[in-house]
Amino acid sequence: MSKQAQHWEKTRGLLMMTLAIWFVFSIGIFLFGAEMESVTGPFGYPLTYWFTCQGSLGIFVILIFWFANRQEKIDEEFGFSEREDD
Amino acid sequence: MIKGNFIDNLPRVYGIYTGGFLAFIIIMAIGEQMGMTAKAIGICFVAFTVAIYAIIGYLSRTAQADAYYVAGRQVPTVFNGMATAADWMSGASFVAMAGGIYFKGYGYMALLVGWTGGYVLVATLLAPYLRKFGCYTVPDFIGTRYGGNLTRFLAVVVLTVASFTYVTAQINATGTIASVALDIPFQYAVYVGLVSILLCSMLGGMRGVTWTQVAQYIVLIVAYLLPVFWISNKMGAGFFPHFMLADEVARIGELEQQFGFVKNSAADLANVPKGLAGITKAHSAVNATPWAFISLALAMMMGTASLPHVMMRYFTTPSVKAARKSVGWSLFFIFLLYSSAPMLATLSKLSLIDPSLPTGIIGKSIAEVQAIDWYQNWNSANLMFVSDFNGNGTLELNEFFMGGKAVVLATPEIAGLPYVISGLVAAGGMAAAMSTADGLILAIANAISHDVYYKIIDPKAETAKRLVVARVLLVVIGFAGATIAAMEIQGILGSVIWAFDFAMSGLFFPLVLGVWWKRANKEGAIAGMALGLASGMGYLIWVRNGGSGFLGITQLTFGIFGSAVSLVSMVVVSLMTSEPNAATQKMVDEVRVPSGKSILGKQH
Repeated sequence: MSKQAQHWEKTRGLLMMTLAIWFVFSIGIFLFGAEMESVTGPFGYPLTYWFTCQGSLGIFVILIFWFANRQEKIDEEFGFSEREDD
Repeated sequence: MIKGNFIDNLPRVYGIYTGGFLAFIIIMAIGEQMGMTAKAIGICFVAFTVAIYAIIGYLSRTAQADAYYVAGRQVPTVFNGMATAADWMSGASFVAMAGGIYFKGYGYMALLVGWTGGYVLVATLLAPYLRKFGCYTVPDFIGTRYGGNLTRFLAVVVLTVASFTYVTAQINATGTIASVALDIPFQYAVYVGLVSILLCSMLGGMRGVTWTQVAQYIVLIVAYLLPVFWISNKMGAGFFPHFMLADEVARIGELEQQFGFVKNSAADLANVPKGLAGITKAHSAVNATPWAFISLALAMMMGTASLPHVMMRYFTTPSVKAARKSVGWSLFFIFLLYSSAPMLATLSKLSLIDPSLPTGIIGKSIAEVQAIDWYQNWNSANLMFVSDFNGNGTLELNEFFMGGKAVVLATPEIAGLPYVISGLVAAGGMAAAMSTADGLILAIANAISHDVYYKIIDPKAETAKRLVVARVLLVVIGFAGATIAAMEIQGILGSVIWAFDFAMSGLFFPLVLGVWWKRANKEGAIAGMALGLASGMGYLIWVRNGGSGFLGITQLTFGIFGSAVSLVSMVVVSLMTSEPNAATQKMVDEVRVPSGKSILGKQH
């Protein structure tokens, strides 16, 4: 398999993992909104409420930075990262 | 200061700017103490900030195509994040979002999840690849990837339909704020707003818009956070509201139990002024079905990843790597405001409905409430209303009505903050609406000038001529938007949500599959864009005219239907026709790695 094909395979793997986490916190947990309601979440807010106003949003921010770092590592591994003067 | 190593000096330049803005707020506060009128303070805030944006717009003027279209591709990650956040957060986010949460609770908060979660799709599926492509506009990518003028043209059509729906709402918002702050009729204020918008973008194009958007972000975030923290501290609710309002949220739940949600008769509601609403839904409790919540969030997420004015911000970063990081920073800066909106809604609601607080009005006599200064102000502005439906002389929860905008605009006054804060909030709302309007008008004008005029009509046009066309279009589109805004046909939020649905119906799958599915071809893209947009629009018209809809898809989520049609037709048509030629497949391979030359040259 060519270097490029391997790079793309790893990139796709990272995409799937990132989208899986994204799916859980944007869609998955809200299937159980009513069930999570009686649970007390961080800072004492009801858990469902906390996810909608802070939790999911904050997780997305961290997720994007995590994804960007992982993707950079993959690019470097196969020598596809940009040179500074590109 | 602007030339040469301006980019290296950015932190210092915007540091001085932020300091200057804070000093200006303090001067206004002193002015208020010394007897400056509320009206004078409002005028100063709006005029001063708009003048600053205009100066930045003038200093950023340019005669080069790549500076005009993509700010010379040298905007650093963090600053591009701020500019995107301002580009993204519209008058609706600033003025209407806290109000929506206040009235609709959980069901509305799907928008918060949707408008942030969409950035994960932007970062993973699109932004870095479109940056590598080196396009000037979103249709530029579609037209080059799939080939042919028809694909390019259809992309321009979808972009224009979505962005134009959105921009009238933004011009409307600038007009509303300008008319209140400057005390002039709305029909004229709309054009004052428009001129302010064009001052930022006309001379410098994307470069001018970038540097004004950073300045606008700073104004809007200060204007949003300062009152939230101040009110929270003043009410004794907590020093850092985001972490400390659990008791207040629980208390609202208790009061809801105690008062109950009494349903008003239609005859009673007929007396309530149009646009005002009462509290009829639980504040923090789950009040929507999972599918209602998820479908709205999903539509907003896919819409986010298809809106060209957001995507084109990532064309301005120096590298692919920077584009990815920049999406993270964008969402961080958006998060600062979005996580504060529910806190503002909580503080606002509690201060009004809790009888044990000095500001609480529920349980007081109607006559007493009608005598309060701020009630009279906002009642005359048609944003507040009380009526004694049951004739017992006391104000009940179901007898108090408020406009959605009042949560952001009136809460500082209700909590007893000085007027200078209200002036600041007006400047923040103006910044939010202007920055989004600028991004949208520029997206439309650039697509028409670059993709329709230069790429299709006159490929030999010189740069100077192209930029004249781009600027003329900017003004024409701005005036068209302002003229429609002046007719006041729609609320701010309705049309904003439609823009997301239009964009996702026509563009989401053609964009994503263009990178992630090599087999996608020209015929498929044409079918995907045309049928997606047509079916989404058809569904909207059907539901608006009394159609029952299906699968719980409403007029706010019709993009789910449109994009499903788009996906199916694109895949089916692509597979029925021949696969893309070798050159196109090689192009897709090159897009997928960050290194090497961009597909389109620096000047094209």
